[in-house]
Amino acid sequence: MNFEEIKRNAIEEWEAFNRLAKPRILIGAATCGRAAGALAVRDKFKAELAARQIEADIYEVGDLGMCYAEPMLEIGVPDGRRVLYHSVTEEMVSELVDSFILKGDPRKDLALCSFGDIRIDGIPAFTELPMIRKQVRIVMRNSGIIDPTNINHYIARGGYSGLAHALAMPPEEVIQEMKTSGLRGRGGAGFPTGVKWGFTRAAQSDVKYMICNADEGDPGAFMDRAVLESDPHAVLEGLAIGAYAIGANYAYVYVRAEYPLAIERLVLAIDQMRQFDFLGKNVMGSSFSIEIKIKEGAGAFVCGEETALIASIEGKRGMPRPRPPFPAHSGLHAKPTNINNVETLANVSEILNRNGAWYAAYGTEKSKGTKTFALAGKINRTGLIEVPMGISLRDIIYDVGGGVLNDKGFKAVQTGGPSGGCIPAQFLDLNVDYDELAKVGSIMGSGGMIVMDEESCMVDIAKYFLSFTENESCGKCVPCRMGTQHLLGLLTEITAGRGKPEFIGLLERLGNTIRSTSLCGLGQTVPNPVLTTLKYFRDEYEAHIVEGRCPALACRAMISYSINLDACISCSLCKKACPVKAITGAKKPAKPFVIDNEKCIRCGMCASVCPVGAVVKKSKGRVPAAA
Amino acid sequence: MTKATDSNDNLADILAQYTCENDSLIPILQAVQQKIGYLPEESIGEISSYLGISQSEIFGVATFYTKFKFARSGDHQMRVCLGTACHVRGGGQIMDEAARALGIEAGGTTPDYKFSLERVACFGSCALAPVIVVDDKVYGRMTPKKVKTILKEFE
Repeated sequence: MNFEEIKRNAIEEWEAFNRLAKPRILIGAATCGRAAGALAVRDKFKAELAARQIEADIYEVGDLGMCYAEPMLEIGVPDGRRVLYHSVTEEMVSELVDSFILKGDPRKDLALCSFGDIRIDGIPAFTELPMIRKQVRIVMRNSGIIDPTNINHYIARGGYSGLAHALAMPPEEVIQEMKTSGLRGRGGAGFPTGVKWGFTRAAQSDVKYMICNADEGDPGAFMDRAVLESDPHAVLEGLAIGAYAIGANYAYVYVRAEYPLAIERLVLAIDQMRQFDFLGKNVMGSSFSIEIKIKEGAGAFVCGEETALIASIEGKRGMPRPRPPFPAHSGLHAKPTNINNVETLANVSEILNRNGAWYAAYGTEKSKGTKTFALAGKINRTGLIEVPMGISLRDIIYDVGGGVLNDKGFKAVQTGGPSGGCIPAQFLDLNVDYDELAKVGSIMGSGGMIVMDEESCMVDIAKYFLSFTENESCGKCVPCRMGTQHLLGLLTEITAGRGKPEFIGLLERLGNTIRSTSLCGLGQTVPNPVLTTLKYFRDEYEAHIVEGRCPALACRAMISYSINLDACISCSLCKKACPVKAITGAKKPAKPFVIDNEKCIRCGMCASVCPVGAVVKKSKGRVPAAA
Repeated sequence: MTKATDSNDNLADILAQYTCENDSLIPILQAVQQKIGYLPEESIGEISSYLGISQSEIFGVATFYTKFKFARSGDHQMRVCLGTACHVRGGGQIMDEAARALGIEAGGTTPDYKFSLERVACFGSCALAPVIVVDDKVYGRMTPKKVKTILKEFE
């Protein structure tokens, strides 16, 4: 079969899929959905439909990105109406079958939005939702819409047309198209993809390698996972296009072991590529040949760094080495190697399907296109979003993300993971792109965005990141190995109430030294969380050090819990929950509930179970020494 | 037949699936651990003679990556996520509660080998933070109270 025939068949299948000859249920069953209980809901649906002898199709789809509303499912009925339901419980299933599938009532009260062309009174359309309105979905073009295990769905929506276009062009033209698009590496550093490809193309060698970096290690980032689970072919097609452009016949996907579902989807997708002649010898009848292998990571954050990743594929300790030589000249097995991140490659396939100029129409002057972000932390609508570069932080957090959880005050947003920084409220109107983020001391990074409210202690956050990087430093170069230990040590002292005024200057000096003397990107960016919090939240450091007080009431050494007896209803839940029996009191005979501060380990269990909020947290600080 | 011979037999099966080159080292270690649950000392020797890489070098590689274990772990792996989102939303409390409920510290295994407790830097389920994973099942929107309920599922 040639590609035109393959495509025709795929479109036919896709159209049949959307014709809704019988009721169709699409369940969001990526990791997020599953964690929220999607598989139990799916099983309940199957049982319910079988019990009532209703013929319907159930499919598992990927991630629409609205993780806060999981588990989600879409029901389509034969008259063409399609409705998305959120926070679906097993109990809701029979109700939905009854009302919508059998009686045709779409249940406005349970619906989140409608899908497709048919509008339904009283239910907003998907594209009108506040979370969706400002998004432009290129990387996520198929996420949650297609069945990720069905290659025909992908092909019908333009998939592999990009590869077909590319193979009809000389490799140099493909690279030129990428340069026109202005796409910059989405793994964090933001190097122009077309230029990078050009370097590897120019390198002379019998063997070259193309690698997809799917070692998404930043805590708080899950864009790559979602794309791999929801649309694996988008990434693999980009990988094949890149291999063609640089002249490689071997490609790897280096994926972290913590993503079993993503690996499962990749294995299946690679198999399907082979069946359709998109892989192996003479791809699509051309002279281009490509083999793709999956390499599973083994748990080392530093392997996200390209030279460490290469060492890991070679079966070595994943330690970075100095560059030059750059992988473009001497990479895997000392051959020219090009490494791109998952999101970069998912863009590539669509850029080659359309064209570079189309992509470059989105974004800002120096940061073209869109960027996915993983919104998490203290924000109402957590999930995965894709917005044009240049959108303001305020738009992302308040419009798309629905603002800070429980209407608390916004304190900061952390971007860029352990290599990034905390951006305070004064920069909410910053237009998010590579350069603007760098100006305020943070980085784009891979796209994690963690929102923090007034209850997040910035010293604690800096300590959190340092404990992560101290653990993940590979130990090869002294500034990073020793520097992270010392930074962490100082931060631990401060949060434990043993900080000294000179620590602040020490942190700054140490941070700047580590930044300028470390070997790889990990070490060079490790001090960012400390330096940005010192810059924008110095008063919090001072409160810890000078007053022995944690303004956010987060550092255990500086807080105490007590029970407000005026509010206490003597339910004794706190007493039952306390793991160290620090709470005494009784309902009958009435004895007030009190927390023994000597015994209390400040775990916060009492506060988390109290139904009336009678457990109060305080940070009094030290009594100032008499002058 | 002794247990050690059993594991050696297993090993021969595993080794046969991989080409004799350095690139195979990590996939072999992963396969051995997948099969046996950890990397027994004698397995390192076998792999060493198969690949022609010294035992010390293999040990160096295996200890570099956090996924590899050198002692038997519990039948069930409870992994508490302490990624940024989980940290901000109280993952530390979940870890404390899990440690208390199981009576072990992070990194430990219960004396009856039923559970191992681990901290993980991020599962990528940040939107449902805090999260714990038992074996391959992800539990989102955790509270300290839910820890015991989950443990009951495995009784």
